[in-house]
Amino acid sequence: MSDDNVTRHLTRRGFLTTVGVGAAGVAALGPTPAEAAPPAVTEEGDMLRVVLKVNGREHRLLVEPRWTLLFVLRERLGLTGSKAGCERGECGACTVLVDGVPRYACMTLAAEAQGHEITTVEGLMDGEQLGPVQKAFAEHDAFQCGYCTPGQIMAAEGLLRATPAPGREEVRLGMSGNICRCGAYAHIVQAVEKAAGLRQGGGR
Amino acid sequence: MLPAFSYVRPTTLGEAIRLAGRKGAHIHAGGTDLLGCLRDQVLGAETLVSITGLSELRGIAPARDGGLRLGALTTIAEVAADPTIRGRYAGLAEAASQVASPQLRNQGTLGGNLCQKPRCWYYRGDFHCLRKGGEMCFAAEGESQGHAIFGGDRCFAVHPSDTAPVLAALGATVRIAGAAGTRTIPVEQLLVPAGTNPQRETVLEPGEILTEVVLPPPAAGLRSSYRKVRARAVWDFALVGVALALRLEGGVARQVRVFLSGVAAVPWRHPGIEAALTGKPLDASIIAAASVAAAKGAEPLGKNAYKVELLRGLMTEELERLARG
Repeated sequence: MSDDNVTRHLTRRGFLTTVGVGAAGVAALGPTPAEAAPPAVTEEGDMLRVVLKVNGREHRLLVEPRWTLLFVLRERLGLTGSKAGCERGECGACTVLVDGVPRYACMTLAAEAQGHEITTVEGLMDGEQLGPVQKAFAEHDAFQCGYCTPGQIMAAEGLLRATPAPGREEVRLGMSGNICRCGAYAHIVQAVEKAAGLRQGGGR
Repeated sequence: MLPAFSYVRPTTLGEAIRLAGRKGAHIHAGGTDLLGCLRDQVLGAETLVSITGLSELRGIAPARDGGLRLGALTTIAEVAADPTIRGRYAGLAEAASQVASPQLRNQGTLGGNLCQKPRCWYYRGDFHCLRKGGEMCFAAEGESQGHAIFGGDRCFAVHPSDTAPVLAALGATVRIAGAAGTRTIPVEQLLVPAGTNPQRETVLEPGEILTEVVLPPPAAGLRSSYRKVRARAVWDFALVGVALALRLEGGVARQVRVFLSGVAAVPWRHPGIEAALTGKPLDASIIAAASVAAAKGAEPLGKNAYKVELLRGLMTEELERLARG
């Protein structure tokens, strides 16, 4: 199915789902053309041409040098799953995957994200279905207000990609870059352990 | 939103050096410290010169002499996970694994960790303090819980790096590239003591770029370690940290190097502890003597005398751990 067919009947939810589906389709593309020609010195306020690959889709954008990846994801691409918390690398709500490893989108310039694979929480969907980490968080009530949850989920996703079967201490350390002010930590740890099983096809 | 700046990402080291030498230019590597400094207006930047396109500054490779070369852009996570470092320079792997949070370790670089700005709450906050070009250090008579107990001189901010003290203990050097060529200096001489100049952290001149950290080959029987105590178990900077490197030769400690973090504007070398250990077996009485020696020369401020006791306890535990192997 082409992207055009999918996007014809767009709801916001449908759009996000489409973005997620795209991930598998174009993940094999090589380096983006933008890598070959780095931006020249810009004057203050000038815009940079960048190509950002988010959830498998390439987006050609003009960005200000000072724009963070988080700002561009939310305010230019409409991917509002990633949350702005502290905006200073101290809370983890903005966590996304960059080339498969978790990083803070608030501490990453959009210009610096060029040439890398960005994955946001929207990119974990499997069609209309939640991905395994999302499912485990929902099933284990691993949140109260939910604001930190997308970041928690991306930290867990990154942890489990590197360490598919972590022990309890590895989970606690792997999740230590994300703060939950509701204090749902016990359930978060349980959800990550459950997600490890789901990702490995352990069911239940 | 960050204040506005222009941005350039050169593809050659020569171009990066040229651009970084311009007025108002700051080097962007991992960005985790730089962006925070810009946001807090600790420093202003007209231009960010991103060196992330310089792939030759990335990665870990054996040196010809049997040592190890670590590119400045190697991430802290890569340092922590590297099997050679874990096996031969365990203290460095321990330090890297205690830096910040998983996300920041994936992004922050080794070079950046050495060149970061202090975390003093006055310096980072809305105070025009001595280090920012003002008249006075507010910690001297103020909230000094996180501040220096050694070598404070007009400014009492401490250096926040975990990798710097252990690299200094291991005798590592850094390569610095500039317009006039490259120079190599010990890590120990990279950072600037408060008494020398309280307004700069490193000896890097404008346009100079730290390109590589070089570890010497590990001596026979080398043991190294690093541990820091924080207000919380993760994600925080050292209140006090201890980096140790020594050779155990028939149970006797040789070539002892002790550098402390969280207690001075630079990784603080402590000759008194080194003297208490050198040529001695790491037994209970020697360890107790080293712990006593650790407090010598400490000059706590109004609210950080606890750091002296913390240092003594940490020194004891770390020496016991090192002795056990």
